[in-house]
Amino acid sequence: MNFETTIGLEVHIEMKTASKAFSPAPVNYGAEPNTNTNVVDWAFPGVLPTINKRALEFGMRAALALHCDVTRDIHFDRKNYFYPDNPKAYQITQAQTPIGRHGWLEIEVDGKKKKIGIEEMHVEEDAGKNTHNPDGYSYVDLNRQGTPLIEIVSKPDISSADEAYAYLTRLRQIIQFTGISDVKMEEGSMRADVNVSVRPIGAAELGTRTEMKNLNSFEHVRKGAHYESRRQQRVLMAGGKIRQETRRFDEPSGETILMRVKEGASDYRYFPEPDLPPIHISDEWVQEVKASIPEMPDMRRKRYVDDWGLPEYDANVLTQTKEMSDFFEETVAQGAEPKLAGNWLMGDVNAYLNANQIGLLETKLTPEHLATMIKLIQDATISSKIAKKVFKEIVANDSDPKAWVEKKGLVQLSDPAVLQPIIDDVLQNNEKSIEDFKNGKDRAIGFLVGQIMKQTRGKANPKVVNQLLLASLKKL
Amino acid sequence: MDYFANDLTSLHDLLVKKEISVTELTKETLAAIKEREQKVAAFLSVDEQGALKQAAELDQKGIDADNILAGIPLGIKDNIVTKGLTTTAASKILENFNPIYDAAVIEKLKAAQTITIGKTNLDEFAMGGSTENSAFKTTKNAWDQTKVPGGSSGGSAAAVAAGEVVASLGSDTGGSIRQPASFNGIVGVKPTYGRVSRYGLIAFASSLDQIGPFTRNVKDNAQLLNAISGADPRDFTSSKHEVPDFAQGIAAGVKGMRIAVPKEYLGEGIAADVKKAIKDAISVFEKLGATVDEVSLPHSKYGVPVYYIIASSEASSNLQRFDGIRYGHRAQEVKNLEDVYVKSRSEGFGDEVKRRIMLGTFSLSAGTYDAFFKKAAQVRTLICQDFAQVFAKYDLILGPTTPTTAFGIGEDIKDPVTMYMNDILTIPVNLAGLPGMSLPAGYSKGLPIGLQLIANQFDEKTMYRAGYAFEQETDFHKQVPMIGGQN
Repeated sequence: MNFETTIGLEVHIEMKTASKAFSPAPVNYGAEPNTNTNVVDWAFPGVLPTINKRALEFGMRAALALHCDVTRDIHFDRKNYFYPDNPKAYQITQAQTPIGRHGWLEIEVDGKKKKIGIEEMHVEEDAGKNTHNPDGYSYVDLNRQGTPLIEIVSKPDISSADEAYAYLTRLRQIIQFTGISDVKMEEGSMRADVNVSVRPIGAAELGTRTEMKNLNSFEHVRKGAHYESRRQQRVLMAGGKIRQETRRFDEPSGETILMRVKEGASDYRYFPEPDLPPIHISDEWVQEVKASIPEMPDMRRKRYVDDWGLPEYDANVLTQTKEMSDFFEETVAQGAEPKLAGNWLMGDVNAYLNANQIGLLETKLTPEHLATMIKLIQDATISSKIAKKVFKEIVANDSDPKAWVEKKGLVQLSDPAVLQPIIDDVLQNNEKSIEDFKNGKDRAIGFLVGQIMKQTRGKANPKVVNQLLLASLKKL
Repeated sequence: MDYFANDLTSLHDLLVKKEISVTELTKETLAAIKEREQKVAAFLSVDEQGALKQAAELDQKGIDADNILAGIPLGIKDNIVTKGLTTTAASKILENFNPIYDAAVIEKLKAAQTITIGKTNLDEFAMGGSTENSAFKTTKNAWDQTKVPGGSSGGSAAAVAAGEVVASLGSDTGGSIRQPASFNGIVGVKPTYGRVSRYGLIAFASSLDQIGPFTRNVKDNAQLLNAISGADPRDFTSSKHEVPDFAQGIAAGVKGMRIAVPKEYLGEGIAADVKKAIKDAISVFEKLGATVDEVSLPHSKYGVPVYYIIASSEASSNLQRFDGIRYGHRAQEVKNLEDVYVKSRSEGFGDEVKRRIMLGTFSLSAGTYDAFFKKAAQVRTLICQDFAQVFAKYDLILGPTTPTTAFGIGEDIKDPVTMYMNDILTIPVNLAGLPGMSLPAGYSKGLPIGLQLIANQFDEKTMYRAGYAFEQETDFHKQVPMIGGQN
């Protein structure tokens, strides 16, 4: 029997507002436990939630960037449950009126493009963090409590682990470009719940699904979904049944492990949040938010190709992250030729980042310095070879390339009046090579240029050297 | 200080003319409380030290002649949080709870330089209509100590009625200010929903709760409401609606005012003595030049079941934060997290609170939500529409506040449904978010009868104007209970 796999993803993304979704406490990753909290976060008797307009607008941005319909009449709902990381004992969310509905994004797997539907997305609040210490106590940190989240629920349109991976990559890219989140998996600002089911090809109904919660690595999602699909197929082939259950991806073994079987759905007693009045989102407001959305990667890619003549491939690589794309654009804005700027970023810069396992903004490199260096190449002040030295300097230290090149005496020698005596000198000392040249051995030129470069410690302009050398040889 | 013989205006004059200092007034108030508490038991705590300290500071500063409330000692219902002053909501789960912030109304009162003399008794978490559901003490009616003071703001009402303070604050979710005002023969106002910030009011039912003043007369009431009204960025349900001076133009009379009397408010279940007093009140308004017509509020009969579903549902969620983890009572001898929750809450909450948590939890559950919570919310809309139709043609609605005068202590407490039916005339006002007032309109067998005036949203001024006109024409508000040394 042949099976098809259906994957649905629920992704939670923390939005980087200055304050929390429903309280004025600051949002700030990595602060001392419980320092970013107030009486509202602690759910003291008598406190009330307030709505952070910015969080709502960020949610609208995400909805618009993912081609969703923005719900115009919204309210918040309470999701009730007891847990120490949830002091009110309810989460404020949007159960009935999600901020966005019926959106999509496009992925590409093995050269094939596919639209994945977005069912809906909710603005809601994150919970705090419980830590269970070996000292026997559990610790509660409410810094994260109330951080605004956008929850993005896909349609069950994803049919392989690779598609799930592509969906997450694309989603992260789009969200990053909207500017509403850093989408850092390692800081937990993007987390995914993965639902997997299989069914015989052509079956009308979806199979029973299992769920993996809170995965914070794309690779784990891919491996987990792949394993889970295979496992379910094996169970069904052996005549077994799939139970609705929550499973965990175990990294060392690459397997999924049963955590608990779901006995009917939990009852969260959702009801409209009576402390927050309903909100109408006007056309004007939607337009205002739409206008505030930064340019999306697709648009940038098109511009790089159409306006700057970059190859499709380069445009794609340069728009993978907002960081890179912004850096590239700034470098061009500072006067660098786009193709050269792109080459440097995709080549030497990326290689440096990979070798050192760091991000672009963690280096000392600035668009201004990169552009200055590229301009020095463009106007032949330095050679490409020298440029490699300059790059090593400006990526590691905050040096101005122009000043540094001058200080180190790395300016290219292009003046014939300076170069000619050196060429004459080299020719005098290498009569053998002159013989070879006359006998038609072109290699001799290369040797002679090498000698001249050696004399000038690599600073001679190769183009000028070539011209002068050929002219001198012809005269001999 | 004889609070029976003084109102805010006369007290203010005394203070401004330095015929009495704030310290003296405070000491006399403390003395009156000490003496009369033995009879009414209105206060859960009295802040003698804090009040005297505040009084001394005000004496130092001098009284601002333009600030009618400066130096006036007030009672505050104990579900309004006061920084550094124990706030219990009359529940064991908050016994000894010391808030770390002030409610919005307390901030406003501090700015108005009133003195918080103490915290008054209530039904636990404001759930009840007799103050018998307090975990700590039973407050008595100022007129007859075998009768209940009403509730849930029974302490705040009894304190004013017994002459312990000139005014106090209560909260009203389904009648919790108006019903005890009625039972105690004083003036109690529930403002329009959103008029007063709920920030710092320990939530019972978020969509219904509203803080309001108790006083001995209508003008005092308007002046106290002036001080606590206004939008608050911390309460998104508070309204940006302009706050007028409620006392200004209060004596303009009711000539030409169109008053509606719902027939349901004088129908079955309303005691004869109450009906008679209200009919007399109608005659007074007619005599003063108002027109009075009978109207119908056909859905008001569903008010009680709708209220108990909505209020209990919201309460079941609002009260989940009392979990024994961060503050309040935590059970000992617990083995795991669930134990902390179950035991702390089982020990900390009283029967009525538990009953409502169960009712609310049931109403919100997945299988019953549509038949209960959702249906109740729909009927609530119909009740609102009933009122809107009446207010399209009328300025004011008039009726009794309660079906009967105060009942005996222990009489209704064993029968929750009878107790719930007491609120039948006050509940629809909360469901529709309207302002409502109860003021004295007669006496029967020595117990006060309350007249209820209901105005359109944010039209408290009309309500105060009508109440004031009635008060000027009658002397019910001048009668005082047999309590205290001077009687």
